[in-house]
Amino acid sequence: MKSLRRYVDRIKPNFQEGGKYEKLQSTFEAFEAFLFVPNKTSQIGTHIHDAIDMKRTMAIVVFALLPATLFGIYNIGYQHFVSLNEIYTVGFWQIFWFGFIEFLPLVVVSYVVGLTIEFASAQIRGHKVNEGYLVTGMLIPLIMPVDVPLWMLAVAIAFAVILGKEIFGGTGMNIFNPALVARAFIFFSYPSQMSGTSVWIADKPDAFSGATPLSNIALGNLSMPDFHDLFFGFIPGSIGETSTFCILIGALILLITGIASFKIMFSVFLGGYFMSLVVNFTNINFYSQIPAYEHLLLGGFAFGAVFMATDPVTASQTNTGKYIYGFLIGLLAILIRVVNPAYPEGMMFAILIMNLFAPLIDHYIVQANINKRLKRQT
Amino acid sequence: MKNKEPLFSKNNLKLITNPLSKDNPITVQVIGICSALAVTAQIKPAVIMTFSVMFVLALSNVIISFLRKTIPSRIRIIVQLIVVASLVIVVNEFLKAYFFDVSKQLSVFVGLIITNCIIMGRLEAFALTNKPWLAFLDGIGNSLGYGLLLIIVSFFRELFGSGTIWGFQVIPECFYNFGYENNGLMILPPMALITIGVIIWIQRSKNKNLIEEK
Repeated sequence: MKSLRRYVDRIKPNFQEGGKYEKLQSTFEAFEAFLFVPNKTSQIGTHIHDAIDMKRTMAIVVFALLPATLFGIYNIGYQHFVSLNEIYTVGFWQIFWFGFIEFLPLVVVSYVVGLTIEFASAQIRGHKVNEGYLVTGMLIPLIMPVDVPLWMLAVAIAFAVILGKEIFGGTGMNIFNPALVARAFIFFSYPSQMSGTSVWIADKPDAFSGATPLSNIALGNLSMPDFHDLFFGFIPGSIGETSTFCILIGALILLITGIASFKIMFSVFLGGYFMSLVVNFTNINFYSQIPAYEHLLLGGFAFGAVFMATDPVTASQTNTGKYIYGFLIGLLAILIRVVNPAYPEGMMFAILIMNLFAPLIDHYIVQANINKRLKRQT
Repeated sequence: MKNKEPLFSKNNLKLITNPLSKDNPITVQVIGICSALAVTAQIKPAVIMTFSVMFVLALSNVIISFLRKTIPSRIRIIVQLIVVASLVIVVNEFLKAYFFDVSKQLSVFVGLIITNCIIMGRLEAFALTNKPWLAFLDGIGNSLGYGLLLIIVSFFRELFGSGTIWGFQVIPECFYNFGYENNGLMILPPMALITIGVIIWIQRSKNKNLIEEK
């Protein structure tokens, strides 16, 4: 480690102003910050720094994603071997390894494409490269179906990073959650990959694919997997979103470390539960007959609530606003899912819509507060 | 009339060339967006639309310019509308007679040329204060600028959305065999808006004068 430090220090002048590779400064700094803890300290006056910076925040989120990711990888293999009727003959590691081999290319493509664009745009604008993409790059493969063609993934990521994020000024300035922009792009661009009624499970000669529970209901098949399978996630679906249990472990990590807002997370579930109860009284279609708590376990609801809705950049900033923002996400997600069966994955749309409204909510909360105080004055 | 300008003097030609780039009706004046979103899914309707708008805009510009001293300013909008509407009806009937399939495709958007902001905008801003010949050139120039953008947008939308150009398949079949798929989003109007946005972005990064002051 020390020799690496010495090496970095030796080549550093080349990248600073006036150096040989001045233009690559932000790239160099990104790698230096990646390898070592930034040793910037304040020189004048008394300062109290919290050790938490963007790098640590992002690292914790990635860490919180781990349970869902690991389970997702296992589940790929599990679904594969179940459909082949070989699940009792293969060992745990064989299942896991199969899933890993399927999952790895998605992650590699996600990071290579995304980071290339991030570095390039930081370089062009003279910004510093920051760690924002580390989380986005992990989230994107997790909300994709396993069999999404890699070139589609690459196109979607390029679209999401350039038009969803960089155009607004990079990390921290984006209006929409880039990972969801990528998913929405694939959803509308290549509907055959995303919104069909079935999801890929195994490479069999006749290209076997099975329906996700959500799409099963659309077809009128109410035979739901039992609660255990739903909660722990032994169901077909996008990679990271099947296991509500693992997502809740991630949620716990995020809440304990204070990274994600409890207000948003809680109110999303509350809004979703409330709306599910409401639609239970109606009889629109098969979706409205699902018990309310199962709505929260199905599809990407839990994943969206924990990892997407709580994205601090695109969510509401005010405390009251967070409750409104979260509640409406849950409400809209279930509403879209039930009323428009063509879009069973209402969570994606609900979060994107509310991303759009978050600044408006904040604006009115702040205005209301100002008015209240003015009244108190007079 | 001693110093009469030649018909195609430098100043007059600017009326045609300016709207093509630095005074483009769509990307710079930002008018006429709605129809640009609706008719650009394929090149052919976009081209037909361009010619329709060109016909209506140039002629209504000339007519209003002739009438500019006699129109009472209180009812000028009504007069403009009547002129534009009658021209649009002519275009609509013509398309129905000779380009029936395209006119089906364009459906209401031919009729909606009446409400195209470019036409009313140019009548108000230019034809009411300028001579007929200048108004004619302005009409041609602006509709060319409008058409240029329409064609650029529809080129990309048709190429990536349907894999064709002017209805002919250009993306070879073997691409599809390798798993290439047409981009469904390109066919949808939101992508037209995004494409126009990207064009505006590129144009302003090349020509910094167009960037508005904050």
